[in-house]
Amino acid sequence: MKENYDIVIIGGGPAGLAAAVSAYDNGAKNILILEREPRLGGILNQCIHNGFGLTRFKESLSGPEYAYRFIKEVEARDIDVLLNTTVLSLEDNKTITAINSEYGVFSITPKAVILSMGCRERSRGALNIPGSRPAGIYSAGTAQKYVNIKGYLPGKRVVILGSGDIGLIMARRMTLEGAKVLAVCEIMPYSSGLRRNIEQCLNDFNIPLYLNHTITKIEGTSRVTGVVVSKVDENKQPIEGTEMHFDCDTVLFSVGLIPENELTKGAGIEQSRNTRGAVVYQNRETMIDGIFACGNVLQVHDLVDFVSEESEIAGACAANYVLNGRQEHNPISCINGDNISYVLPQKIDKNIPGNVKLFFRVRNTFKHCKIVVESNGVVLQEKKKLICVPGEMETVILSSDVIAKAEGDIVVRLEC
Amino acid sequence: MYDVIVVGGGVIGGTILRALSKYNYSICLLEKENDVCMGQSKANSGIVHAGFDAHVGTLKAKFNVLGCQMMPDYAKELGVKYLNCGSLVVAFNESDVAMLNNLLERGEKNGVKELEIIDSAKLHELEPNVSPNAIAALYAPTAGIICPYCLTIAAIGNAMDNGADLITNFELTKVEKMDRGFKLYSKDNKTVEGKVVINCAGIGSTKVANAFGDYSFEIKGKRGEYILLDRESGDFVSHTLFFTPTEKGKGILVSGTADHNIILGPTSEKVEDITPITTQKGLAEVMAKAKIMCPNTPIYNSITSFTGVRAYTEKGDFIIEESKAVDNLINCVGIESPGLTSAPAIAEYVCEMINNKLHGEKKADFNGTRTPEYFFKDLSVAEKNEIIKKDPSFGRIICRCEQITEGEIIKAIRENPPARDIDAIKRRTRSGMGRCQGGFCQPQVAEILARELGVELTEITKNGVGSELVIAKTK
Amino acid sequence: MNKQLTCIECPMGCLIEVEVENGAVKSVKGNTCLRGKMYAENEVICPLRVVTSTVKTVSGKMVSVKTDKPVRKSEIFEVMKKINSLTLDRNVVIGDVILANIDRDANLVATQNYND
Repeated sequence: MKENYDIVIIGGGPAGLAAAVSAYDNGAKNILILEREPRLGGILNQCIHNGFGLTRFKESLSGPEYAYRFIKEVEARDIDVLLNTTVLSLEDNKTITAINSEYGVFSITPKAVILSMGCRERSRGALNIPGSRPAGIYSAGTAQKYVNIKGYLPGKRVVILGSGDIGLIMARRMTLEGAKVLAVCEIMPYSSGLRRNIEQCLNDFNIPLYLNHTITKIEGTSRVTGVVVSKVDENKQPIEGTEMHFDCDTVLFSVGLIPENELTKGAGIEQSRNTRGAVVYQNRETMIDGIFACGNVLQVHDLVDFVSEESEIAGACAANYVLNGRQEHNPISCINGDNISYVLPQKIDKNIPGNVKLFFRVRNTFKHCKIVVESNGVVLQEKKKLICVPGEMETVILSSDVIAKAEGDIVVRLEC
Repeated sequence: MYDVIVVGGGVIGGTILRALSKYNYSICLLEKENDVCMGQSKANSGIVHAGFDAHVGTLKAKFNVLGCQMMPDYAKELGVKYLNCGSLVVAFNESDVAMLNNLLERGEKNGVKELEIIDSAKLHELEPNVSPNAIAALYAPTAGIICPYCLTIAAIGNAMDNGADLITNFELTKVEKMDRGFKLYSKDNKTVEGKVVINCAGIGSTKVANAFGDYSFEIKGKRGEYILLDRESGDFVSHTLFFTPTEKGKGILVSGTADHNIILGPTSEKVEDITPITTQKGLAEVMAKAKIMCPNTPIYNSITSFTGVRAYTEKGDFIIEESKAVDNLINCVGIESPGLTSAPAIAEYVCEMINNKLHGEKKADFNGTRTPEYFFKDLSVAEKNEIIKKDPSFGRIICRCEQITEGEIIKAIRENPPARDIDAIKRRTRSGMGRCQGGFCQPQVAEILARELGVELTEITKNGVGSELVIAKTK
Repeated sequence: MNKQLTCIECPMGCLIEVEVENGAVKSVKGNTCLRGKMYAENEVICPLRVVTSTVKTVSGKMVSVKTDKPVRKSEIFEVMKKINSLTLDRNVVIGDVILANIDRDANLVATQNYND
């Protein structure tokens, strides 16, 4: 480890790796990645299923393979990496305090910081599912770690709450490794997982998906012995008389991902309520100069390919910050309008040249609809869509001409 | 043969064990679970009550006020975090205010110091998040908060450091009277002999007394459901906020915890089935009442919910006395709230009862201190690095939410009372207590346990046999 | 006969309609790419899936693996049996064949570098 770094990247998962390579290739040569696990790659290491990289590499890779494409790139460059190192705090002056066995507790203050800590799974406790608290209740990702990394099966008869992609993937994984998945329950009227995962993870194995259903009771004192599943009304409240009972020994929760922004918060960086990540300009710089954010710590992506793309922007712009210093900002806001739950970036800096790709999610399933981008009531751009679902992120590219036309804040809304 | 056997490793059994360990008695604690502190001592509000609730002249009043005075030093000696945050009983109408006056008077008779009724302005100055509908409050500056399981574990650990024995997984089923004592049998036919037995078995204390032939009381269960919020919301309130009590009880509270979470609860429902489960109705009630007290309660920051089943007697007061039916059996039962607060005082009292019987002498080498629960977190960077240099495991963070190192986990496995399962490590170190609820760290903690205990991962449990984390290798 | 399918080739999840006559594909509609067409054609005649799993090693660690071509959907559990019977006793790099011809001409390959 050197005394000074131009850029320190917190997190060596897909976001941090892509950001590091991009920062290096854009001229920043003095880079350090801090990674808490004993190896680079982050959560991809336990995502051994395929389907990664279709957009970026035009082939279907497993998680470890996708990660290795980037690890190789990092290794080919003179980029420092500290493994088994956990960042304890970040201050607004960019001082990072971290801990590991080799250096103990230490601090570094680089010229720029890239936040790429990823996200965590929402747990049972966040939902207040009633019942007992026996063994056999796991978040899908924890079960994935036991099965794929440690080589242990958490249980034999499984009910899964939440039809996000990790839940669907784990339904298949548990089945392949010898467990029986009795049901996947989803409180919403639609699955937030990818359609192809419903097809190949559930339908291939005749695993039933119960939409508009939730778990209303967990039973068992030492080990889970069963769950009660109920249908919910339009307000997500369980409907009496619709209870179904499943005898099971395991319950998996796949009920959403939350960006891990405790360090961000500690540094006093402005965060968005909608994304639960930092507010950023299109260059992925947060509202504190020289601190950038990318990947799932900024917004929960559907595909790692988009994480890499976003992180390359952050890496390149962090390099630019290091090489050319702070630039004056001339920001307008991007706001989510009707039927849109969030838009990222939340701010467009008109001083930064080039097109801006807006990422956003819709609030519900819409067919034959129209995405409208407007400013001060003037429509700047429109895009027709056959179908939009909350589980799949939408994008619109605004050209610099369009941005120049925006007089005030930009609003993105969906019309149908 | 032990001089004294304590049955039940909760806060009452634990503090009594520790009080006895100051004397030259041979003592032993029997616990039916895989770890100590598995009953109501691990699932309560963690409030050190000032002492105005209990009726004048009751054991509750006596031990509460005494315990509240003892707690700061008691906790400090054992390295348990105690915060003197003060409490507020909040009034929403005129009849509530009348009740506050009764409580003030009762508290003063009980010997509670510094009680004061404050107006709405002062209340909202102290607690800006309290509902604007609140009109007054009874302020008790002597009240505090403490981590109930840390206190229990520390008391038992310290007693063990001073020579006490602990036998876990000992569920007492049968007792034989002997010439000068008792022979106690477990469900799986282990035996322990002792001259005097102290029944501190909480919700199970009727069964224990019955095994001795004492049928003089019946302990019942009252379910109390709680919701715990992320430390991110830890500053939401700074005092313990109570509703004005009614005939039904104290109602739910909104309070900080010693670890800077926010706790909401408990409900209070008399139950036949003492399995600690949460219910839809109960959790909904907690949320609704919390919102009446503080309309902006950040329920969205909930990280877990849990239930404690409190042991109570219809009589309404603690029972702390030698059995009238069986000599040398001492019952400490029906100890519901303010049992946690009262524990150090009850322990002194019971220890005196034993001294009057067995006439033990104080040990010269008794050491009442213990490494604080937060010892590593509270060190300076230089001190931490000194430790990491000697033991690199203190440089490896295992629980990222609570920033707990491998070194702290290993310490919990090795020191008294030794942690043998995931929940035991959680209560000793806070690993898995944070916002991800062990999602990230549990597999690693399980591996550390397996390695330290020299067993397979398939043998590691959440909280004892039958609660194995994984069932088999995949291949 | 018409069959409706959700394409699993990529996240688009196109809804494809395949017209089958006398066991042969007559037409494919609704796909947005060539891979979708191929998927649909296979899916109605002989559905194929890539299987991903892990192989145990002598050290006890797990190594992630996949079939380098899709295998017959009907044979997935047979493929899993073969995977579970293997114990890897050598180092491998990504792409190394661990078991050749696990189903027809599909090989089981490492998707992770393993260095004990």
